[in-house]
Amino acid sequence: MIGKSEKTSKRVRVAPFVTILFFVIMGIFGIMTGEVRRVLEQAVQVCLSCIGIG
Amino acid sequence: MEIVRKWIQAIMALLVNGSWSFPFTRTIYQGPLKVVCSPGLNCYSCPAATTYCPIGSLQQMMAGIRIALENGQNFFGFYVVGTMGVLGGAFGRLICGWACPFGLIQELLHKIPSKKFSIPQKLNYLKYGFLLFFVILLPLTVVDDFGYGELWFCKYVCPAGTLEAGLPMLMLQPGLSRTIGIVFFNKMTILVGFILWSILASRPFCRTTCPLGAFYAFFKKLKLVKLRLIEENCTKCEECHAVCPMGVKFNESPEDAECISCLKCMDKACKFNAISLEIAGLPVGRNAGVRRRPGTKQSNAVM
Repeated sequence: MIGKSEKTSKRVRVAPFVTILFFVIMGIFGIMTGEVRRVLEQAVQVCLSCIGIG
Repeated sequence: MEIVRKWIQAIMALLVNGSWSFPFTRTIYQGPLKVVCSPGLNCYSCPAATTYCPIGSLQQMMAGIRIALENGQNFFGFYVVGTMGVLGGAFGRLICGWACPFGLIQELLHKIPSKKFSIPQKLNYLKYGFLLFFVILLPLTVVDDFGYGELWFCKYVCPAGTLEAGLPMLMLQPGLSRTIGIVFFNKMTILVGFILWSILASRPFCRTTCPLGAFYAFFKKLKLVKLRLIEENCTKCEECHAVCPMGVKFNESPEDAECISCLKCMDKACKFNAISLEIAGLPVGRNAGVRRRPGTKQSNAVM
């Protein structure tokens, strides 16, 4: 039972969805410019100097 | 809930470090999954890493902008920042508490019995400096003769990279030990320093140095999943202060940038249903935003 209590008001916050949509669009723009291939090229190489070796 | 969180941390650590063929290949995973962003800080030069590190990739993008533009490629890091932003917008620093392998390592180190110390709040701001200077400005502006910058945070600071990539690569390829120098010893010192600090204080790297945590902290008000304080239920007993691994005084600053949503305050400390989890403003979970009427003393309303 819900005694001397009440449920909080259920108001959906829109800001998180707008934020996520903004970054989704940014990510899609990055995909369209071919950045994914660039990220993959860099991530599959061992960059020794990047980890303090060499 | 704490056990569930530990399991999720372990599963996430295994997922982003899921390639276990390195003892045979003696190098890193080079498959297509490396276009997927690791939500937490996880060096992509780690032999087992299956995803890319957002901080490493962002520095690569900044360091290579001039050359990319000269070659007619408009690579500004939109894909990397877009992915980080989606994760930040959805979860914010909840990722630090639930999905970061280096966060898990620090938590385990902190379980080693010793005298424990707090971390001065002012040191929390250092990580924003690391994000601005070591991840963005220095790789972008300090360039060599060819116009290519360095990965300042990875090369000179990141203890996660030393632990997850530097040391394993030295073990896999012992010949590399001939090439190590002062930069590596500097990074080893930083790693040892953070290991010792993690034993003595809770999550020192996350709180003072992590640029990814700093980036996610910008979403403290905007993130989809967050903790909510139900002020009517709060008795200001300050139990939530004692359990927080990030030193957050939740009842005083419920939207604190340091909150990693580990739920310890809600689950372990608060006995008055004053803290609940919400998704996009809608209360979820056990407390589900139940609040007592003003003027009543009864707090545990749902029975």
